Amino acid sequence: MTFLFYLFAALALFGGIGVVVCRNPVSAAFSMIVSFLGLASLFIQLDAYLVGILQILVYAGAIMVLFLFIIMLLDVKEEEKRHFPYISFAGAGAVVTAFLVLVILVLNRGGTSGRTLPELAATEAGGSDVHRIGELLFGTYWFPVQIVGVLLLAATVGVVVLSKKELR
Amino acid sequence: MELTLNHFLFVSGALFAIGLAGVLVRRNLLIIFMCLELMLAAANLTLVAFSRFHLVEGQPAYDAHVLLFFIITVAAAEVAVGLAIIVALFRSKETTDVTKVNTMKY
Repeated sequence: MTFLFYLFAALALFGGIGVVVCRNPVSAAFSMIVSFLGLASLFIQLDAYLVGILQILVYAGAIMVLFLFIIMLLDVKEEEKRHFPYISFAGAGAVVTAFLVLVILVLNRGGTSGRTLPELAATEAGGSDVHRIGELLFGTYWFPVQIVGVLLLAATVGVVVLSKKELR
Repeated sequence: MELTLNHFLFVSGALFAIGLAGVLVRRNLLIIFMCLELMLAAANLTLVAFSRFHLVEGQPAYDAHVLLFFIITVAAAEVAVGLAIIVALFRSKETTDVTKVNTMKY
């Protein structure tokens, strides 16, 4: 269990580093897929099966394919090596170090964050997480589901408008 | 060593930091956009970890999973619109380099 956690965490983190380091956008997109697979495995380790599968289907499947499609369509070239913006490297290093120090400080403060993985109560048949989330989605949260549907429609219309040849 | 909430929160924070570094360092608009997605996904991990470690009646707090469902949906819509904007930008400027996109209209 712990070994798997470290394995998948390393997968997610090194995939993320690959996105930042890879010069070629296609390799960056593939590192991103690796990172999302690791992340989805962490979700599944946390007993969030539906969310883990959704992460793979929507992020690694749909969104990254869309990214790859656009990369191929635009024929994006690799960033050339000579132009090295030291200022932005220094700024990014400072901001990221500050952020990580902050995270470590907050995590070391104690409280509930040191607790170990609690045991789940046994569920009766048909009590899977998909079942429970479905009940919540179409029961308590029926209105946000409708709103998200409208949002997706608006996004579709917006994309069609943006993709027209004459934009103005 | 037993797995604690800290493990997951640290992975989430580190992943967020990596995404942040990417947004600050890279100059290709598409990769900056990918790094934004990475930060969003890292925040998702925090949500799932908290829901798993704070049990409600012996089960994870499923409201977090519902929220995650909405976040993933909104992220998909955001990616669609964002990529359309990048394509429109590429049509008018012939580049995805953020340092070359420095005028508002022409």
